[in-house]
Amino acid sequence: MPAVSKGDGMRGLAVFISDIRNCKSKEAEIKRINKELANIRSKFKGDKALDGYSKKKYVCKLLFIFLLGHDIDFGHMEAVNLLSSNKYTEKQIGYLFISVLVNSNSELIRLINNAIKNDLSSRNPTFMCLALHCIANVGSREMAEAFASEIPRILVAGDTMDSVKQSAALCLLRLYKTSPDLVLMGEWTSRVVHLLNDQHMGVVTAAISLITCLSQKNPDEFKTCVSLAVSRLSRIVSSASTDLQDYTYYFVPAPWLSCKLLRLLQCYPPPEDGAVKGRLVECLETILNKAQEPPKSKKVQHSNAKNAILFEAISLIIHYDSEPNLLVRACNQLGQFLQHRETNLRYLALESMCTLASSEFSHEAVKTHIETVINALKTERDVSVRQRAADLLYAMCDRSNAKQIVAEMLSYLETADYSIREEMVLKVAILAEKYAVDYSWYVDTILNLIRIAGDYVSEEVWYRVIQIVINRDDVQGYAAKTVFEALQAPACHENMVKVGGYILGEFGNLIAGDPRSSPLVQFNLLHSKFHLCSVPTRALLLSAYIKFINLFPETKATIQEVLRCDSQIRNSDVELQQRAVEYLKLSSIASTDVLATVLEEMPPFPERESSILAKLKKKKGPGAVSVPDLEDGKREGGELNGGGERGPDSAAMSASNASTPSPSADLLGMRSAAPMSAAPTSAGSLLVDVFSEAGPAAPSAAVNDDGFLRDLEPPTETSGLSSELQTPVDSPFNASSRRFVCKNNGVLFENQLLQIGIKSEYRQNLGRMYLFYGNKTSVQFASFTTTVSCPGELQSHILSILRATKPVEPVVEGGAQIQQVLNIECLTDFSEAPLLNIKFRYGGALQNLSLKLPVTINKFFQPTEMTSHDFFQRWKQLSQPQQEAQKIFKANHSMDTEVLKAKLLGLGTALLDDVDPNPENYVCAGVIQTKGQQVGCLLRLEPNGQAQMYRLTLRCSKDSVSLRLCELLAQQF
Amino acid sequence: MQFMLLFSRQGKLRLQKWYVPLSDKEKKKITRELVQTVLARKPKMCSFLEWRDLKVVYKRYASLYFCCAIEHQDNELITLEIIHRYVELLDKYFGSVCELDIIFNFEKAYFILDEFLLGGEPQETSKKTVLKAIEQADLLQENVDFQMRLFAGTVCESPNNPRCSVEH
Repeated sequence: MPAVSKGDGMRGLAVFISDIRNCKSKEAEIKRINKELANIRSKFKGDKALDGYSKKKYVCKLLFIFLLGHDIDFGHMEAVNLLSSNKYTEKQIGYLFISVLVNSNSELIRLINNAIKNDLSSRNPTFMCLALHCIANVGSREMAEAFASEIPRILVAGDTMDSVKQSAALCLLRLYKTSPDLVLMGEWTSRVVHLLNDQHMGVVTAAISLITCLSQKNPDEFKTCVSLAVSRLSRIVSSASTDLQDYTYYFVPAPWLSCKLLRLLQCYPPPEDGAVKGRLVECLETILNKAQEPPKSKKVQHSNAKNAILFEAISLIIHYDSEPNLLVRACNQLGQFLQHRETNLRYLALESMCTLASSEFSHEAVKTHIETVINALKTERDVSVRQRAADLLYAMCDRSNAKQIVAEMLSYLETADYSIREEMVLKVAILAEKYAVDYSWYVDTILNLIRIAGDYVSEEVWYRVIQIVINRDDVQGYAAKTVFEALQAPACHENMVKVGGYILGEFGNLIAGDPRSSPLVQFNLLHSKFHLCSVPTRALLLSAYIKFINLFPETKATIQEVLRCDSQIRNSDVELQQRAVEYLKLSSIASTDVLATVLEEMPPFPERESSILAKLKKKKGPGAVSVPDLEDGKREGGELNGGGERGPDSAAMSASNASTPSPSADLLGMRSAAPMSAAPTSAGSLLVDVFSEAGPAAPSAAVNDDGFLRDLEPPTETSGLSSELQTPVDSPFNASSRRFVCKNNGVLFENQLLQIGIKSEYRQNLGRMYLFYGNKTSVQFASFTTTVSCPGELQSHILSILRATKPVEPVVEGGAQIQQVLNIECLTDFSEAPLLNIKFRYGGALQNLSLKLPVTINKFFQPTEMTSHDFFQRWKQLSQPQQEAQKIFKANHSMDTEVLKAKLLGLGTALLDDVDPNPENYVCAGVIQTKGQQVGCLLRLEPNGQAQMYRLTLRCSKDSVSLRLCELLAQQF
Repeated sequence: MQFMLLFSRQGKLRLQKWYVPLSDKEKKKITRELVQTVLARKPKMCSFLEWRDLKVVYKRYASLYFCCAIEHQDNELITLEIIHRYVELLDKYFGSVCELDIIFNFEKAYFILDEFLLGGEPQETSKKTVLKAIEQADLLQENVDFQMRLFAGTVCESPNNPRCSVEH
């Protein structure tokens, strides 16, 4: 039986509750409940009308059963009947039942709303309050529709009792939260704001919650509340502890109202009115002062209430972030709490300091507490407090203390709770990167991170260390050495193998001089981990192996052996099998030069926001990453990869950052975004590309070493051409088009934004040129247009149609490539080159670029085979002085026979053997096809190895062609 | 405040008050999870914890845990004192309250809470005023009972009848 049964004791209910409590098992309880439910059902259905008391008692029993966790599907009607009872307690129980067991039956809702309406208009304050409580408890849309317009009236009416006003204010708040569209304050706004001046503290307390919520949504309409709130706060703060009578809580005047007032002020910027602001600052100072006074009571309630106000005041000071004195004072007072014996205060002080650390005024003051905070991280027994300490260390970190903080966080990680490890790892990684002055420290830190908490190191973290190592050549050797050492551990984390494989594959050569880390030792070390790794890691290792073959030819046989074994080449995993097969083929077919190009060192990554930071933000939700990260990012941003964008973008990490499920997002996969291959493809298709280009360009791959390989190299000659270049270079041929005299494919142009690749083919007097425009940035190019023009008389000599079957797309998305086809017809011989003009908008700035298209007269050559006799006969026929053009010049390039042969073949003529009596000389013959005529051309090139000189002689059936060809060719050797 | 739960050391829910609309299923899930989390904590640990995207403030009084879920911008310490004030109200009303009082008079516990907090925000923080409102309601009942005993067979007809709404 209950200890107390005040008011209207319901004996039957008490007996039932006792029975339930005496049940020995869950089954017995359910049995007893079912018995009671049957009893109540029969009573409700019975012929005999129940009196109010019985109805109340049974409804109350149903409520109790529901609160025990059982479903209740009847009794609603009886509860609704109780609402219209004249007896207060019956009505009260009816409302309680409705509030707890809301039912969406529309007939019931109509009845309920009717009862509420009656009570609201009853003018009986107790009944009105009951009705308002019910609306506030249910807060459904139907109720909002029925009462949202009525309640503001009740709230501001002059004759409404205080207690009803209080209920009305919070009832309205609840309706505003669920259906803001239905609560229209309009005309009431000013009168609601003035409730802050109400005589009755209870009314102010209730009203302020409503006003705060409305102010958050409509700050302008409610801004008059600021001065009212300040004066109310000022009166409370300066009152003696007895002034407010029952609103004083353990000697603290109106703590709830004070907190709410301070909270309301946080919806607004500092008051503009000097007097108001002065008064507010005075209040804040008083609050800080009072917190320092000796306590008026030893009760924890006293200190809690006082400190609740203090923390809220500090929140406001931080929100304003404009009063350095107050900020520093706040920080000092919080500092005292850091060692308080109350765990709650330590927790809150750590939390509050986190936000103080983000203010430039108090950052330094926060930093002075570093030792205490580190100590908290080590000794606090409550994980949530340790978490706060870790957060604060993160927030207070800057260049001056980064090494200490990172070291502490690393050592904490070894024992950290599993629940917070991943976040800790991200934080350590971010700090290490942000404040790294010396990159060996950065590499050490990340490798330690992997060693200590490898399972919690997400992909973003290890991608990032690789990005940084690749972009910073001063750390590459150290990274290779460190990772090599780390891999020596008998058991190392798979993430370490990934980083190790990648870094040794790229930079293993930097430590290969030491016999202890010779190429084979490196390989064996990596391969010893291979079988323990997952498929993606093994795929990465295979790529590292092929890179080894390039870096260290002496490992070729060993690695080929590995690739050739069945477990690789017949691996059931398609990706692994494909890699093994392709790499094996590549290593046996391609010449060392080809290998060197395909497997070239990764180009630097473009600078972008750290993917780890993005991950942390995602993890913590927007706004949860403390502000200093972002600000510091701005202040000291980009310092790690200071070089900004250099070299070609290889979309590498962006592919992997997008966490493509494909495991190919590594070494060679990255190369797939290289110039000529179109959309991102796997490593495999890149290889296909390489060979398919080798095919038609030159029948023998070996001869072609100067040809297509250069295409894959990041172009060095063109790098001088930047986007600022508005006009083409004046010289007859700018550097880029000169390179295309003897070849048809390659990179025409490249800067930080754009890369233009070119592929062309010619037959007779016709040509077709494919242009590939690649957007290297992550931002789209808008209004992208290209025009081809033929300057001067070229117009009549060459017909180039910008008929790309379709015009180029006006928009090039970030990272995308678009293609354009030009059809060219040679009408008559020409010497100028057509111009390609490209315009587009990049981030608002108009980019304008003019380039010469590499269309030269020699492209229309048809090779002509002839005997020595025929050659010299023709030669003699073309003996008029204008028909011959001759140049003697110094060699600019290699004089190697094969190189020269390749160039002459690339020129388009037939290279004739055994024609010239001097075997050192080269002679060629061909016919240039134009629409109107054919021009026969003979060429003789006489190298002088000793003098490093050439003599080039051309004889053509047309004078202008001789001159032009001579001019073109003299630059090629 | 989003909700308040009272539960025993054995994890039995004694009172639940929800200030945000949630389905019964969700309420049960939240209750189960939170009761487990809080009961697993050691006595000296701090009274606040981050839970989902909310802050949970709890305190144990004898065998009963009082547990509130508040939003991020809400003040933890003042919430702790909301709990304490509620306990004081119960204590004053029942006279040295114990868990049994709340079990047997759960409806009273709800009524007192509704007088103190409405829609999750403090409505009346004065202990006297809240208790006066509750006692007045009790008196109203006794008064009616008294009247009924005096004038057997007559029923108090109108709520506006001054005899029914006795001012105390």
